[in-house]
Amino acid sequence: MVKVAIWGSLRVATEGRAEVEVDAKNLRELLDRLADAYPGIKPQIDRGVSVSIDGLIYNDSWFTPIGRGSEVVLLPRIVGG
Amino acid sequence: MALDDKHEADGRVFKVVGTRPVRPDGIDKVTGRARFGADMSMPGMLVGWVLRSPHAHAQIRSIDTSKAEALPGVKAVVTRKDFTAESDDVLDNCMAGAKALYDGHAVAAVAAVSAKVAKQALKLIAVDYEVLPHVTDVDEAMKLDAPVLHKDKTDETVPAGMSKNVIQRFEYGHGDVEAGFAEADEIVSRSFKTAATHQGYIEPHACVASMGPDGQADLWVCTQGHYMVRNVCAPMLGMDIGKLRVTASEIGGGFGGKTTVFLEPVALMLSRKSGRPVKMVMTREDVLRATGPTASTSIDVKIGMKKDGTITAGWAEMRYQGGAYPGSPVQFGAMAAFAPYNLKHVKTIGWDVVTNRPKQAAYRAPGAPMGAYVVESVIDELCGNLGLDRLSVRLKNASTEGAKASYGPRFGKIGLTATLEAAKAHPHYSAPLGPSQGRGISCGFWFNFGGDTSVSLSVNNDGTISLSEGNPDIGGSRASMTMMAAEELGIPYDSVRTIIADTSALGQNEVTDGSRVTFAVGLATIKAARDAITKMCSRAAKVWGIDEDAVIWEDGHAKPAGPNAGKFPPMSLAEIAAQASNTGGPIAGHHEVNAEGAGVSFATHMCDAEVDPETGAVKILRYTVFQDAGKAVHPAYVEGQFQGGAVQGIGWALNEEYIYGKDGRLQNPGFLDYRVPVASDLPMIDTVIIEVPNPGHPYGVRGVGETSIVPPLAAVANAVSAAAGVRLTELPMSPPRVLKAIDTARA
Repeated sequence: MVKVAIWGSLRVATEGRAEVEVDAKNLRELLDRLADAYPGIKPQIDRGVSVSIDGLIYNDSWFTPIGRGSEVVLLPRIVGG
Repeated sequence: MALDDKHEADGRVFKVVGTRPVRPDGIDKVTGRARFGADMSMPGMLVGWVLRSPHAHAQIRSIDTSKAEALPGVKAVVTRKDFTAESDDVLDNCMAGAKALYDGHAVAAVAAVSAKVAKQALKLIAVDYEVLPHVTDVDEAMKLDAPVLHKDKTDETVPAGMSKNVIQRFEYGHGDVEAGFAEADEIVSRSFKTAATHQGYIEPHACVASMGPDGQADLWVCTQGHYMVRNVCAPMLGMDIGKLRVTASEIGGGFGGKTTVFLEPVALMLSRKSGRPVKMVMTREDVLRATGPTASTSIDVKIGMKKDGTITAGWAEMRYQGGAYPGSPVQFGAMAAFAPYNLKHVKTIGWDVVTNRPKQAAYRAPGAPMGAYVVESVIDELCGNLGLDRLSVRLKNASTEGAKASYGPRFGKIGLTATLEAAKAHPHYSAPLGPSQGRGISCGFWFNFGGDTSVSLSVNNDGTISLSEGNPDIGGSRASMTMMAAEELGIPYDSVRTIIADTSALGQNEVTDGSRVTFAVGLATIKAARDAITKMCSRAAKVWGIDEDAVIWEDGHAKPAGPNAGKFPPMSLAEIAAQASNTGGPIAGHHEVNAEGAGVSFATHMCDAEVDPETGAVKILRYTVFQDAGKAVHPAYVEGQFQGGAVQGIGWALNEEYIYGKDGRLQNPGFLDYRVPVASDLPMIDTVIIEVPNPGHPYGVRGVGETSIVPPLAAVANAVSAAAGVRLTELPMSPPRVLKAIDTARA
């Protein structure tokens, strides 16, 4: 299981929990399982998210491995100028 | 690699990286040979002009184009009805549908044989508008009785009962801010406002579209991302992506404002309808009324501090209007505002709001400068109230490796402390100030990212290298890619020429934004060079009759790996290239990657300002930028990025402002009235490059293009507030505002 930190305005979809656990070995599984377990988060996932894994930000690479002890934080899709 | 591992570049002696060679586009640009967006012409080309709404908010009842179409010399007229693709905000912004949502919104376009005929035709287009009430201020737009722009854009994060102009809510943070405030010896609460500012690129948007009767099309365009232009425009035109080839021109500035499309789909549609190439070039008025700018904001902030300078809690509620469509960068403001500080208790709330203004476009570190402005202003005020040294307080609270960022993750290796220590040791910090002069400090943070990147590197028969990348060069990427290729291959800088290839030549490349290019394209360039090196070692092995594994690459030569590999004289890249046809054919290296793992970036800025108490006019006396670049590939370009960000931030702080009349029309759509700083307004911007290597890049590179605009708003505001003797809380700090603040404080 991987612990995922959820930002404040999405916590209505996690019954107020700031951290949830999902069974995921990589980024794709993480997003799929989050959307399955917490359907309220899916609209934001569809709009776009980034994921911080151990302090580095990932956008799209589905098969980025996630270790059991990794720090995982869901973020809005990072863009730039 | 783990954060405590040695970086692969540690101890490496760079021969090309870190030097300051002449830029490859320099001669072309100073002699006028460089071709920008408006410089492309084609036989039989028409010119396209756009009719824009004079109303801030209006229902479009009908558009009658018959008289315009009948005008001799008019070859095509386009309205929204010509675009049959599914509607989205980008298309609606390029050509209004049911409603005109801001002053300057495109409602029709004409292609004609001359500009004179096209302008005449625009006057013959009859648009029947039902003018609606409008709103351009973010706080006004959030009120329940405000005119509503869209009935169905609000998302699930917005609580019931709010105005439909409120689109999305964001919240970040950790800890218990009320408990944190209870620990504080001093608390400051303030409300701030910042104006919308434009990216201010000198080159207006321009393109030439040519679509053939077979449906294949070419587009030449000034953009930060020609792959983006292709991928966005082709569906709008109902085309296969592969049938649209887009070539990027040279670019006279972008700063985030050229990361979307405005004219391009319209030019393609005009070309399709007319059967002729069509050139479109915006006027400056078009640029200011209908492209960019960034968001204007209204922000409340509260910070608590102990007498020893420890920040006990930070809280902010941020309201950003992003123009007529969802997508203000408020979430990044809310994430970045407190990022420089290691806080136990922090909370930010962001509201994305729509108003009757042009759709905002990204502007360097979108949303972050406004967040830094409010937080750094209040920290400055707390330091003053408690009699604390402003740099020491920032050092005491600075985020370091392992600190939990206010937006969630723990930081890896970062260079904020190094920038603060460099600032503290710099002579600027101890230089004396005169009467009516003040010094301001600010820190700033930006994320950076990587993304899809493709690079191809060809070894030519004479030993030179042709390198193709797919990102428009807005900040020196051709020089830095050339340098990284030369470094890796062990050959001179002058032996490599880098070009920006069109969309048919390489795989997908993300836009030149997010400070991604030196990081991501640089990484791909290094990997492409290593791919070519592997192939060249293989060719040398074949010639020598030894195993590939027994050949190494050093200083531009293939060499036997050791005595057991055999005694052969080193074989140069040029020698291998000359024999390529005999040893297996052309040699090239490639790398395609979604480059993840970009390192975040921090900066500290220091500004001295003088305020004229009689007029409120501000003069910037001295300015120094301290920023972590990871590894500066071409230090002169890095310094240029630092200086450019500082200057744009100074303009944002002092002069630049979108001014709307009561009729909702922009009052200052020109550079005479929308005042950007020019060289004579400014001192030389000094720079100090800090290098804390990014673990995610082979040389340690971090993006530097955006972070430099994050601290200046606050650095200037803190300097002006110190000089004026009163806290300034609204940007820009134009002379009337400064004078009013001084007079109010005196009263």
